[in-house]
Amino acid sequence: MSFDEIVQQCRDLNELLPAQALEQARQSRPGLEGFAVFPVYAPVEIIHAAGLLPVGLFGVGGKLEIVHADARFQSFICSIAKSALELFLRDEMSGFRGAVFSSICDVARNLASLVKRNAPQMFIEYLHLPQNMLNERSHEYTRAELDRFRANLARHVGRPIPDESLATSLKLYNRVRRRLRELYAFRREHPGSITAAELCTVVQAGSRMMPEDYAPLLERLLKLASQRPAHPRDSVDVVIEGAFCEQPPVLLIETIEAAGCQVRDDDLLIGWRWFREDVPVNGDALSSLATAYLTRSEYSSVRHDGASPRTDGLLQRVRSAGAQAVIFTPAKFCEPALFDYVPFIAKLDKHGIPHLKLEFEEKMWTFEASRTEIETFAESMLFE
Amino acid sequence: MTTSTTATSGKHVPLPVREYRAGVHDQSRDIMTAWMGQLKDATRGSTPSAYLMISGNCVEILRCFDILPVFPEINALQLAIRKKSLPYILKAEEIGYASDNCAYVKADVGFTLSGGVGPEGNIPVPSLIVCNFVGCNVYIKWFEHCAAMFNAPLVMLDIPFIREDRPSPEDVRYVMAQLDELIRRCEALTGRKFDIDRLREICRYSARAEAGWSRCKELCKHRPAPFDAYFDSINMMGPINALRGTKEAADFFDTAVAEYEQMVAEGRGVLPEERFRIVTEGPPPYPYYRNFRNLFETWGAVAVQSTYSTVGGTWEFGFRHDPDRPLESIAEQMLVHNLCNRTMTDRYAQIRRYVDEWHADALVIHSIKSCRLFSAGQGDMREYFTRELGVPTLMLESDLEDPRYYAEAQMKNRIDAFFESLQYKRIRECAART
Ligand code: SF4
Ligand code: SF4
Repeated sequence: MSFDEIVQQCRDLNELLPAQALEQARQSRPGLEGFAVFPVYAPVEIIHAAGLLPVGLFGVGGKLEIVHADARFQSFICSIAKSALELFLRDEMSGFRGAVFSSICDVARNLASLVKRNAPQMFIEYLHLPQNMLNERSHEYTRAELDRFRANLARHVGRPIPDESLATSLKLYNRVRRRLRELYAFRREHPGSITAAELCTVVQAGSRMMPEDYAPLLERLLKLASQRPAHPRDSVDVVIEGAFCEQPPVLLIETIEAAGCQVRDDDLLIGWRWFREDVPVNGDALSSLATAYLTRSEYSSVRHDGASPRTDGLLQRVRSAGAQAVIFTPAKFCEPALFDYVPFIAKLDKHGIPHLKLEFEEKMWTFEASRTEIETFAESMLFE
Repeated sequence: MTTSTTATSGKHVPLPVREYRAGVHDQSRDIMTAWMGQLKDATRGSTPSAYLMISGNCVEILRCFDILPVFPEINALQLAIRKKSLPYILKAEEIGYASDNCAYVKADVGFTLSGGVGPEGNIPVPSLIVCNFVGCNVYIKWFEHCAAMFNAPLVMLDIPFIREDRPSPEDVRYVMAQLDELIRRCEALTGRKFDIDRLREICRYSARAEAGWSRCKELCKHRPAPFDAYFDSINMMGPINALRGTKEAADFFDTAVAEYEQMVAEGRGVLPEERFRIVTEGPPPYPYYRNFRNLFETWGAVAVQSTYSTVGGTWEFGFRHDPDRPLESIAEQMLVHNLCNRTMTDRYAQIRRYVDEWHADALVIHSIKSCRLFSAGQGDMREYFTRELGVPTLMLESDLEDPRYYAEAQMKNRIDAFFESLQYKRIRECAART
């Protein structure tokens, strides 16, 4: 299969609703059950080690009309919360054993409660991921939180989740994350080789595939990528920031590149590429995951890191990508992204790095206005 | 006095707008003003001060070191109630805050940028920023921004959300270790050793105030209720959340209890006539506090309980700080015994108890755009109470800080229509009985 064909396959997979994606996975793994993962980060290793397919819950795009969730969530709530709830209210999650949410924001927290109440047959877990990376008890706490999830999930599926299975899953996801890092590095080093839309399509497909299948797919892609002719363009090199939870429509990502920018790095689907380095696999897998969460996580708007503020993280990302500007793509009404925008731009302004903000929501169909904004932004930089 | 109008007469005769003047109100104002005076003095002096949030806070620890607690939420609230918030909100929006960000943060940031904090303002520059992350994720952002604005050290107190029946031993140890970290930072700041006996003393005052506050709320089970547990609670929320652990706050609640007990003994209610008993959910619209209150009072509607009054603590269900286990009880308060650190469905259960035990006729949900901690998903709450429990529920929308989201005419229409229908329902029920 060619690079383009693989990407097309990923695109087709992403077009499916979660239950349909699970159905597709069942073709080669009959009887496989799913477990939904609400962004940003979740320990997918535990879900996989329980024999389930972890499936990223990124909303439904335009694929499902929101009829019920609008009455539960007000107009000022982000689309992803509404469409995630809609899936459960409409009983569109058949084949799923449950879902995991975490302490990313006030909306996600309340959403977890609502899903639990409205889908009583599902096992709904809410993880309080640590916000204090530096306390002497942070590790003990984090490990215990992961273990609590393991115990609850094992109880729910009615079989143990042994250490050996966890270690196997950890190795697999390490391999996946390593390949994703390589793919990102490849794009950074070979501008024009992979478009941003292609890359996020591939990453998202990984949130609905078993890692056993996904890792080889990435390896094939990496090989094919190096044979692909790059098309560097006369454009502004940018980093995309603020898209860590609800994902911008692929059309918006395409518009950014079509309108004069070239994406060199981004935080799209960052939860699925969460660790900067491999998680050590020797010893206790949950302990390693806990250590990695505290010390090897990517910077993120949903994680307070006293030792290294995310404003430094963004600056670092811009520099190592060789980017000239930042495009912020917060989901409409997304508080963590909209709050962080303020210190982020203060930092960028201090270092003379231009930036542009483009908000989006699920029911956006046309991007003409965004296109004009990006063009104006890019032109102002190119002809400066 | 109003002409007596029973709910069964069918015609709505509005009650007159009251001028609330009672001992509780005055004494609350006095002790809060004294505290604000201390804040003002500290802007020019050398008293150490620390920023802290309201929900499930650990003010006792700061007090133990004589570190002056500063609550940016109270600052934002006061700006709103004095109708001064909008220019500050706009100022914050100028530097990049979005119209969809919590306006409490924006008003406070705008105020700070305008010189409100520091030698020329009313609030001291904090020596320490204590981020008690108890439920609200916005707290983290807010205090990260404050730490950057003041270049002040930030202590993160990450309080695990309640996600099982009770906190796990690891949750508790994590919180205790962070409290210990805070104590060490306070020691370094003040050059003083931690004195646990002093903390016991402070917790004793806290417990006394908590007992008083609970008793006041308990008295609202009486008909008529001696105060409005939503609108008048604000007089008690300052003392219980910000001044807790002081003798003044403990004494204040003694006065409040005495006053309300007397009212109950005399059969006096807060309104000339109590026609409807409601439970309210969500914070009030501070920029239009009085207007909003009057829309209910004219119907003789009294809040007999409110969830907003429990953001700091749910003391009415029995929790007290414990002088014998001061730090452990502070941790328990932060983890378990406040509204913010509990799930939405726990809140449904809390409201349900309020409706049953406080004998309420209806639930009023005030949905706040700024505060998603409260509001996200309140449509589901309405669904639960109306459809599943049959509790008449009214949902209103505006904001607690930003005056641009308050539409008086629309509010009035909805409130009037709701109470009219409640009144009509009563008439029908009455007729059915006779
Ligand atoms: S998009 Fe933002 S506000 Fe919405 S759930 Fe995700 S992090 Fe929370
Ligand atoms: S979101 Fe709500 S609880 Fe949080 S700071 Fe704003 S008003 Fe306070």
